[in-house]
Amino acid sequence: MIELDLALQRGEFSLELSLRSSARALALFGPSGCGKTSTLLAIAGLLRPARGRIAINDHVLFDGRAGVDVATARRNLGVVFQDARLFPHLTVRENLRYGMPRDATAQAFDGVVQLLQLATLLKRRPGQLSGGQIRRVAIGRALLRQPHALLLDEPLANLHREARVEVLEHLRGLKREFAVTTILVSHQPDEVIALADQVARIEDGRLEALESAETFGASTQSLDAPHRVAAG
Amino acid sequence: MWLDHAETVALALSFKIALVGVFCSLPVAIGCAWLLARKRFFGKPLFEGLLLLPLILPPVVTGYILLIVFGHHGAIGRWLDAVGLSIAFRWTGAALAAAVMAFPLLVVALRNAFESVDRRLEHAAATLGAGGWRIFFSVTLPLSLRGLVAGLALAFARAFGEFGATITFVSSIPGQTRTLPIALYELISTPGGEGGALRLTLVAVIVALLAGLVAALMLLRGGTREAEA
Repeated sequence: MIELDLALQRGEFSLELSLRSSARALALFGPSGCGKTSTLLAIAGLLRPARGRIAINDHVLFDGRAGVDVATARRNLGVVFQDARLFPHLTVRENLRYGMPRDATAQAFDGVVQLLQLATLLKRRPGQLSGGQIRRVAIGRALLRQPHALLLDEPLANLHREARVEVLEHLRGLKREFAVTTILVSHQPDEVIALADQVARIEDGRLEALESAETFGASTQSLDAPHRVAAG
Repeated sequence: MWLDHAETVALALSFKIALVGVFCSLPVAIGCAWLLARKRFFGKPLFEGLLLLPLILPPVVTGYILLIVFGHHGAIGRWLDAVGLSIAFRWTGAALAAAVMAFPLLVVALRNAFESVDRRLEHAAATLGAGGWRIFFSVTLPLSLRGLVAGLALAFARAFGEFGATITFVSSIPGQTRTLPIALYELISTPGGEGGALRLTLVAVIVALLAGLVAALMLLRGGTREAEA
């Protein structure tokens, strides 16, 4: 269960968002600057809301009224940033192991390495990886944290076509293999349709609609149809 | 080499004093630089000004302040004497003077290095469960390494060449506090000392050039690599 009820101000921009979702994969969808990433950063503990409550699967991460504000390091969330943020001085193996709990098994590591096809990259440094590989390592690093929720910020942004297909396929595999609550931020309908169960449409810092991925897909396709015809 | 015994002793002493001074001031410099780079607090400009004071004050003034505080009759010096750790007129005092004079250079270099580290990487480390110390030692410090080495090289050169504060605080005692610059000054003031003065000048120039070269190499090739372009 994802419970978001938050208000925050960033310069001129104000975000007021309130939603409850029992979906395993919730997408925050909207145009650039609508407040999706701010919401994700607030969930991760990297932005402090002015007020509200954030809880995921009964873990209360922030509650302004009760004075709860769990430190970022103790939120136990796996965050995949849009810019990946791999540590440039560490190898892929070291990046992957960075957030692993002490009691994590070698099998868990091997499982993620296998799932994301990272075995041949383990000794490389981020500077030696392609865009798609960087994104896969970032996803693996977040997964190996063994989080109780995964936060994905535009995981396919700035990737060329082949890399998008490659990473999207891995994210689909991840959804099948790991029963982990996921919050996905995206402004790409195809990404949302492929990965989300439920979609929160956000516009100018406010929730416009909370709908199933099917409903979202149908409405997006009907909107796209004239363009396709025109393009054809 | 062609240095005589007294000159060799002065050279070795300068190396020892500069190394001990710089490495002892390093942890404090790291702490201060981190505070300046990462924290906002009341009185920060004043704090920064105080840290840079040895760079601005005449070295003789710094040496005299050290004498007042750490001399045999000083507030701390008296206490150090009582516990048998006297530093006045000893090589440890010269190391303290060198440390104080080199400290601002170290802080400035480290502050710049810390500020150049992409804070988003530190945030990423936090989301991976790392606390403040772990983030510092596993992300911030390794990514500041070039700045750290450049700062150490410059601070070492400054400490190696320290003269005014040292002679004021610990005087010139052969084998204890008579460092290369002090020996050079005495040779210049002594009839017939021109040869020795020239030799020590050459050594001082070589040491300074090497330190400058290390610093320049580190700073030229420096800069934080971004996680992703």
